[in-house]
Amino acid sequence: MLMMLAFFVSCGVPNNPYPKSERNEEIYYSTFPEEPKHFDPAISYSSDEYRFIQQIYEPPLRYHYLKRPYTLIPLTAEAIPQPRYYDARGRQLPSDTPAASVARAVYEIRIRPGIMYQPHPCFAKTESGTLRYHDLEEADVSGFAEIKDFPMTGTRELIADDYVHQIKRMADPRLSCPILSTLADYILGINAYSAAIAKGQNDAPFPGVEVVDRYTYRVILKTKYPQFVYWLAMPFFSPMPKEAIDFYNQPVMKERNITIDRFPVGTGAYRIETLLAHKEIVLVKNENFRVERYPSSGERGDREAGLLDDAWEIVPFIPKVVYKLEKEYIPRWNKFLQGYYDNSSISSDTFDSAIAFGEMGDPSTSEELRAKHIVLRTSVEPTTVYLAFNMLDDTVGGYTPEKQKLRQAISIALDYEEYIEIFRNGRGVVSHSPLPPGIFGYEAGESGINPYLYNWDASTNRPVRKSIEEARQLLAEAGYPGGQDPKGNPLIVSFDNTWTSAGATSQLTWMRNKLEQIGITMESRTTDYNRFRDKVKNGNFQIIYWGWHADYPDAENFLFLLYGPNSKTLHDGENAANYDNPEYNRLFEEMKNMENSPERLARIREMNRLLQRDAPWVFVYHPVNFGLSHQWLKNNKPSSLGGGNFKYLRIDADQRSKNRHVWNKPIVWPLWLCLGLLILGTIPAAITIWKRERGTQ
Amino acid sequence: MVTYIIRRILYAIPILIGVNLIVFFLFFVVNSPDQMARKILGEKNITQEDVDNWKKQNGYHLPLFFNTGASGGGHLTETIFFQKAAKLFVFDFGTSDTNNIDITAQISQRMWASLAIALPTFILGLLVNITISMIVAYYRATYVDFWGTIVAVTVMSVSSLFYIIGGQWLFGKMLRLFPISGYDSGANMLKFVILPVVIGIISGIGSGIRFYRTIFLEEVNRDYVRTARAKGVSEAGVLFKHALKNAMIPILTNVVLAIPLLFLGSLVMEAFFAIPGLGSFTIEAIQAQDFAIVRSMVYLGSVLYIAGLLLTDISYTLVDPRIRFG
Repeated sequence: MLMMLAFFVSCGVPNNPYPKSERNEEIYYSTFPEEPKHFDPAISYSSDEYRFIQQIYEPPLRYHYLKRPYTLIPLTAEAIPQPRYYDARGRQLPSDTPAASVARAVYEIRIRPGIMYQPHPCFAKTESGTLRYHDLEEADVSGFAEIKDFPMTGTRELIADDYVHQIKRMADPRLSCPILSTLADYILGINAYSAAIAKGQNDAPFPGVEVVDRYTYRVILKTKYPQFVYWLAMPFFSPMPKEAIDFYNQPVMKERNITIDRFPVGTGAYRIETLLAHKEIVLVKNENFRVERYPSSGERGDREAGLLDDAWEIVPFIPKVVYKLEKEYIPRWNKFLQGYYDNSSISSDTFDSAIAFGEMGDPSTSEELRAKHIVLRTSVEPTTVYLAFNMLDDTVGGYTPEKQKLRQAISIALDYEEYIEIFRNGRGVVSHSPLPPGIFGYEAGESGINPYLYNWDASTNRPVRKSIEEARQLLAEAGYPGGQDPKGNPLIVSFDNTWTSAGATSQLTWMRNKLEQIGITMESRTTDYNRFRDKVKNGNFQIIYWGWHADYPDAENFLFLLYGPNSKTLHDGENAANYDNPEYNRLFEEMKNMENSPERLARIREMNRLLQRDAPWVFVYHPVNFGLSHQWLKNNKPSSLGGGNFKYLRIDADQRSKNRHVWNKPIVWPLWLCLGLLILGTIPAAITIWKRERGTQ
Repeated sequence: MVTYIIRRILYAIPILIGVNLIVFFLFFVVNSPDQMARKILGEKNITQEDVDNWKKQNGYHLPLFFNTGASGGGHLTETIFFQKAAKLFVFDFGTSDTNNIDITAQISQRMWASLAIALPTFILGLLVNITISMIVAYYRATYVDFWGTIVAVTVMSVSSLFYIIGGQWLFGKMLRLFPISGYDSGANMLKFVILPVVIGIISGIGSGIRFYRTIFLEEVNRDYVRTARAKGVSEAGVLFKHALKNAMIPILTNVVLAIPLLFLGSLVMEAFFAIPGLGSFTIEAIQAQDFAIVRSMVYLGSVLYIAGLLLTDISYTLVDPRIRFG
């Protein structure tokens, strides 16, 4: 075995996992932890899938790559569409009309002419002009397994009809579009159209969408819904050419598993070259991609960070992107350190060896990583993590002052500043409301703190969590002095969770100890995810740990999590706490249809105050993403909501090649040493055998 | 012999039905079709209407075992069990629940990656284990035997995960001799395969030596070995010519039974080395609650196990002429 190893190494084969031909190529190498399941933009709803399809499909709008807070800008559209409002009699209304008066909201989207689709066989034509691959027989595709097996390709211009076609596809019940029920609340006639499609009436009318001309289409909503423009930046609203669907719907294609769910057809900067989702996914530059330029402005600090060095340059810079499936973190991390992946996240296991904190608590890379010139970038995720009290529960739920104080006492006792330091390595911002930084309505400083849990320390300009003594006092006022009810029974609260990982026990112990400080006994009910989900749905819990990652950067997409009619138990919505405060509901209904303005901010403040007083959640934290990248990866800025960003990345392939060479020189001598020892070790054994055979032993 | 094989194949049918029933029962005790739908559709913005629609599109809207709303044979055939399980008997695995990919195509594609690791690990491991066991048996009751046994027990007491992570750290990270993980087809496959194969052999060496050493020690104390020695046959000749041949039945039982299961791959090894084999395929399906893949893989495993048992029986007749099947 050792000889085999020695032979292998002496042949000069290094630990480079890539072919020699790629050595000096400008290829971006990264990883994905799970196989993406869907590439059909009508079905896909996962970040694992979005990282790929957002490079290929282009909805009309997108988020600016560099600006924060996230800013919507046109992608294929000529401009951000401005809605026109109409009353029930068809009269146009001013833009500030209250939602109750609006019967129709019309979004007219005009796309830019001249945008071409990627080369694809669905567009290939014969000399007579008919589509070449649209009447395929078994013999025509014998041995075909991928799109690249088709020798001929074609293209065509993007037109408005492609966007309308996609919206109609989302209404098709056979596709199980995950946002169909959400869209049904807004898009005119989508439910009826969906029902007609289910009955096989494919030419049923759909008044909610219409083509105006070759480059313009309309979406008609049955109510005022300013957040609709954010949906227009999601892949759901990408264009889908009818030729593609007709091409993939042929029986011979389905039999070969060549489907739109695996092989996208888009206008984006990249197209799929190789799709082996169980191993690797390779994207290459779309040859038909239009001229697009790198952004010329960003947020403060971007210029100093070199993120504007390529301003006005034509994108994409990288001709090929290789994504490898790496399920386990340890090999992924080690290959990143060897220079074989261009960027990496940081797990808790490697955090201490990767990150160092300065005197002011500011994070930077460790000595080892600094020596390799690895760059750290941090960003707050548009996510909120919380503990939800079940407001329908007899003990922890309810709206009386006593119940409010009980929940406030628990919220004070659970010191999440400490939790973030211990269990998250400091990667989190303690939350005072559902809104994370960067979302309109989030307020830093004294005005933004939760006054029921914190005091403002003017000397340090920081919020200070109220003391355990104050929590005990609140608990006593809630009717549980010393953690006991008037009959002397101890207060026991249950915490339902799915925490089965190695670190779960210590987290549960931490929670238990924190609550014991004020005399509350916490009972952990750990279960599998299915049971847990059922408990939440049926309202059979007291406290749960939950979180929400925004679909779009608007306060409505967080505050709706506590809107009464969205109750999980009563209405199958996303309000897991089943919080139902009429005042909050009223404010939410007003706020959700308002443009960002001082009036809207005032309502958000009021809603936050209600939440802080009623305390249906323990506000836990907003995660902070720590991303590492090698020095040769340029223009890398983390973005949780924006997609289609590979086109802005640049690779210095020479620098990468040199570093890989220096960092990965093989060490062979231990093998020879082992081989020598093995030979030496066999000599006495051979002598013994020889003696035995000769009968001298 | 032919009659025997046919009889064994017929015996397999009720076993496979039973396996199907058990898998079906266990899966749906843990997951309801509603839970499957919610898992597959995702967590956000999903309503009961979406769930019902998914179930209808994927055939999970029917009752599990008995359809009271149907008539005649429909009581049994218009059920999830019949609709999903019946096709397995003609090896029609259908498509996955999560993304409608063809399961047969996936199995035939991923099987080779599993075999690329499992087959050399198995063959080389067998050779190494038998060779070392024979050496240890040769030096029975000496310090070689003593220390060999201690090392074997130590090696088999350590988790295979330790060998994987340790091997990646030593050979991949510190010595930089092999890629830490990855997989490629064709000639490029070699550099990715060597490290998992070496680790696979080392992690299996302890139990292998213990097992084969016991077999050889039983053989070397038999009368025919004493007779061979009395006739002047060398110790190496006794071991390699006489004892090895007579130890073939227990070795074959162990070996032939394992061969069909090589196709199913290794869950942990494939995950850590990013090898796109059937082991990772199965574990992903369990995590994703993809019943179509889970039942297909369990069914395939059962078929292969039964085939392995049959092959073992047949192989006995090859090494021992006294064995005949009626």
